[in-house]
Amino acid sequence: MKALVAIKRVVDAHIQVSINSDGTALELEGLKTAVNPFDENALEEALRLKESGHITEILAVTIGTQSNVEILRHALAMGADRALLLETNLYLVPLAAAKLLKALVLEESPEIVLLGKKAIDDDAGQTGQMLAGLLGYPQATSISSLSIEGKDLIVKREIEGGTERLSLRSPAVVTADLRLNEPRFIKLPNLMKARKLPIEILSVKNFNIDTTPKLKTIFFKEPPKRRPSVVVNSVKELVEKLRANEGITL
Amino acid sequence: MSTLVIAEHNGIKLSNTVTQSISAAVTWGDTIDVLLVGDQLGLLSVEVSNIKGVRRVLKAEAPHLTSFIAEDISNIILSIAHQYDVILAAHSSFSLDFLPRAAAQLDVAMISDVLSIPDRNTYTRSIYAGSIQTTILSSNSKEVITIRASNFTHAELGNNAEIFNIDVPQETHCVKWLGETRIESELPELTSAKIVVSGGRSLGSADKFDSLLRPLANKLGAALGATRAAVDAGYAPNEIQIGQTGVTVAPELYIAVGISGAVQHTSGMKDSRVVVAINADPDAPIFQVSDYVLISDLFNVVPELVQTI
Repeated sequence: MKALVAIKRVVDAHIQVSINSDGTALELEGLKTAVNPFDENALEEALRLKESGHITEILAVTIGTQSNVEILRHALAMGADRALLLETNLYLVPLAAAKLLKALVLEESPEIVLLGKKAIDDDAGQTGQMLAGLLGYPQATSISSLSIEGKDLIVKREIEGGTERLSLRSPAVVTADLRLNEPRFIKLPNLMKARKLPIEILSVKNFNIDTTPKLKTIFFKEPPKRRPSVVVNSVKELVEKLRANEGITL
Repeated sequence: MSTLVIAEHNGIKLSNTVTQSISAAVTWGDTIDVLLVGDQLGLLSVEVSNIKGVRRVLKAEAPHLTSFIAEDISNIILSIAHQYDVILAAHSSFSLDFLPRAAAQLDVAMISDVLSIPDRNTYTRSIYAGSIQTTILSSNSKEVITIRASNFTHAELGNNAEIFNIDVPQETHCVKWLGETRIESELPELTSAKIVVSGGRSLGSADKFDSLLRPLANKLGAALGATRAAVDAGYAPNEIQIGQTGVTVAPELYIAVGISGAVQHTSGMKDSRVVVAINADPDAPIFQVSDYVLISDLFNVVPELVQTI
């Protein structure tokens, strides 16, 4: 089986992103970036399936500017066989990303497509399902385990209040939950080796897909601040305040 | 303008978010239809028809629909989507499974987890784990959105909307449902509970997590929640994890016990109306998103709280 793993470059999860002075844009210049954590789980799972002999080739794909080459090197150092950049300077909404990935999937014919369940920057959680819908492939979102039995993918997915198990006929699209696995650490020699490996680059213009955004972010602001907290000194005082000031029946 | 609301339920009970979704749908006027997917939906459809603002209840019934396979639900939505300008559901793992799939097939740039709808084509939502709020202007000709239900009021009851059966497209055979595991609990469901008692790694063990927090939750009629750190340490099951990688809650009262308050956790609870934090560490970041702070040893405080209430 061949796997295609889509990875997104995002601002490192530990960095607090700030807004410019007139609230019209985010200040992202020069911030440390990384592979979106959920996408790293997707890649790790593909690597494990390759190690267990179920997957023969892993193609890692990202969409964005030349700066994204950095996360493709990371993917190669983790163990991806090929790395491909779909190059564009435009900001893409999930639908546009899914359309580009669809075109690539039709060209590369992977039997399994893996993505993270969402990106930690836009928190949309749409791209995997959109890709599956556009391709007419079966899908499983937020998976916490994956195994391959012949042509079928057996997955466990996280749902509210529990988990469910599904069997999908390949080719299929799955999206990874953090619980799926613990991504490996990259060894320095692998990182050095990855620097010399080729990166394939395709311009988004080649695909003849309308990427004009239908959604425009016109304003950014910090969320409203909570009122200052009240320090209470005892359980009794806490319960009294909740009853008297907040109208909570305890 | 006409709106289709997709109602979440578990076969027996309607989700609390349905009435909130309907009040969000009122933004576009009063032509609101509600889609129910499942099997033997008689009682649930009567319940929905009683919600004010609903024009019609659409029932898609078939035995295979009880497992909520995304491909099947998406196909049902596609079969009636041409009648609607807006397709809307409450943001949850239920809706997020099938709605982006349907949106892409409708060629619509979907908007997830909308916090407010200031105008018909203007939405606010949050990004970067809730640390930034954005205002979005949409030029979609048809909208597909999920809403943050806790930000919307409940539509009132007292209506008698017409109930219709709709044709169910052929079953998708490329996905087989094999089974599910649900945690059995006498406590209320986490996402709809009025009070949530939540524990962090400071509880120290699975035994203490349960023996300390469960009596409090029982007494308050509260749901139990946990941080990712507590889940990873094996103190609590993953199903009750709150935060960026778990569920988002916004109860009337959130009691954070021994939780330090990493942004990955607070993004999942900071919209709670009243937050109480109990922590021995006076510098715990959770205090910045709390209304009442008790700096004390949780092992003394929690049993005392159970006694007091």
